Amino acid sequence: MISIVDYGVGNLFSLSSSLKSIGADTIVTSDKQKILDSSAIILPGVGAFSDAKEKLVQSGLFDVVINEANKGKKLLGICLGMQMLFQKSFEYGEFDGLGLIKGNIVPLEGKISPLLKIPHIGWNSLQFRNGKSDLFKYINDGDFVYFVHSYFASDCSENVIATSEYGIDVTASVQKDNIYGCQFHPEKSGDVGLNILKAFCEMGD
Amino acid sequence: MITKRIIPCLDVKNGRVVKGVNFEGISDVSSPVALAEYYSNAGADELVFYDITASFEGRQLFTDILTEVASKIFIPLTVGGGINTVDDFDRVLKCGADKVSVNSGAIKNPDLIKEAALKYGDQCVVLSCDIKRVDGGFRLFAKGGREDTGINAIEWIKKGVNNGAGEIVVNSIDTDGVKNGFDIEMLKAVCDVVNVPVIASGGAGCSEDFVKLFNEIPTIDAGLAASIFHFGEVEIKDLKKLLKENKINVRL
Repeated sequence: MISIVDYGVGNLFSLSSSLKSIGADTIVTSDKQKILDSSAIILPGVGAFSDAKEKLVQSGLFDVVINEANKGKKLLGICLGMQMLFQKSFEYGEFDGLGLIKGNIVPLEGKISPLLKIPHIGWNSLQFRNGKSDLFKYINDGDFVYFVHSYFASDCSENVIATSEYGIDVTASVQKDNIYGCQFHPEKSGDVGLNILKAFCEMGD
Repeated sequence: MITKRIIPCLDVKNGRVVKGVNFEGISDVSSPVALAEYYSNAGADELVFYDITASFEGRQLFTDILTEVASKIFIPLTVGGGINTVDDFDRVLKCGADKVSVNSGAIKNPDLIKEAALKYGDQCVVLSCDIKRVDGGFRLFAKGGREDTGINAIEWIKKGVNNGAGEIVVNSIDTDGVKNGFDIEMLKAVCDVVNVPVIASGGAGCSEDFVKLFNEIPTIDAGLAASIFHFGEVEIKDLKKLLKENKINVRL
């Protein structure tokens, strides 16, 4: 059983449906025990960093996610959920994240040409980095995924497993041992996205 | 590199797709679910569902169908039609929509964009505008293009973006249905004043019209069309191949 952490941010309908469609055994939950009992954890998230972090803390699941990841349980952060894996975010202030992966979340603004639009919205291609992660076992370098974000993970090059070009090489995906993150939305990235979720779910089985 | 998006728009009335279609492999051509699946497989980058139902029952049917589509199709879905309040946003987002398009609702209630953007984020709010040339200027029209609001469309769009609209759909009434190409002049005028994605709508008659659109306005993000896709005049797969041959970056 894979638990999708429900801590009150964003709509989990598409994520839950996409996992169902690949036959994964999942549960959307905010229950600590269910998360402890699950074989892997997916941490979703949309919106602003500080607000989402506050909700994760209030739900009592902030430390649960950290402890489970540190024990070796597979963890996948998606979009803002990926950003939360890092040490700090500088979105509207300075906030501590889960601190599971070294690096910071910083704005695209100022880092890319002013001619490029922010948010970075749309389909962009993945370039694998640091070899080919097992998260990508069913997809190919150059495959397209769907992004919507204005901030990105920086100072984390040793853990980057994919980038996408948007004026600069934007961190698209990260991995540190059992901990994975996708800046893009696999649940909105067609067959490529489903194949990424499939690879993750198989690891958690 | 980020790609240009091709977006088919499906008009839904009482749970069925309006405008006849005949595709090989689809037995029920007015089923929103079957068509959404067809377009997704053909390489559509996003789908727009436009609810043209007026009745309460029709609305319920629409959200049921949206739920079914969103549980089977895993590409971005935008919903428009009958969006007048933040509750309307809530209703369609719960059914799996990713973005919500407002048009007349934002004209009736100018705070709608701001309220929705604060609650769901800018990326969720699409401002759709029906625009027509009047007295040498671009004028905003309401009620599906039937009513001249007297508002300067360019100023309206700038204000909408300031209030939190994360994407703009520009539908040119002047070129809509003429099938002689997108309204390049109008679209340029909009792209010049905003730094959020702009989606071109109205006027596509053939694949070459998309090539011209993306070549002449490098800052345009997407092309939206309905009838040329529904009537099979343009196949999305072929269109994307042609774009790629013309060095326009697309997802293939």
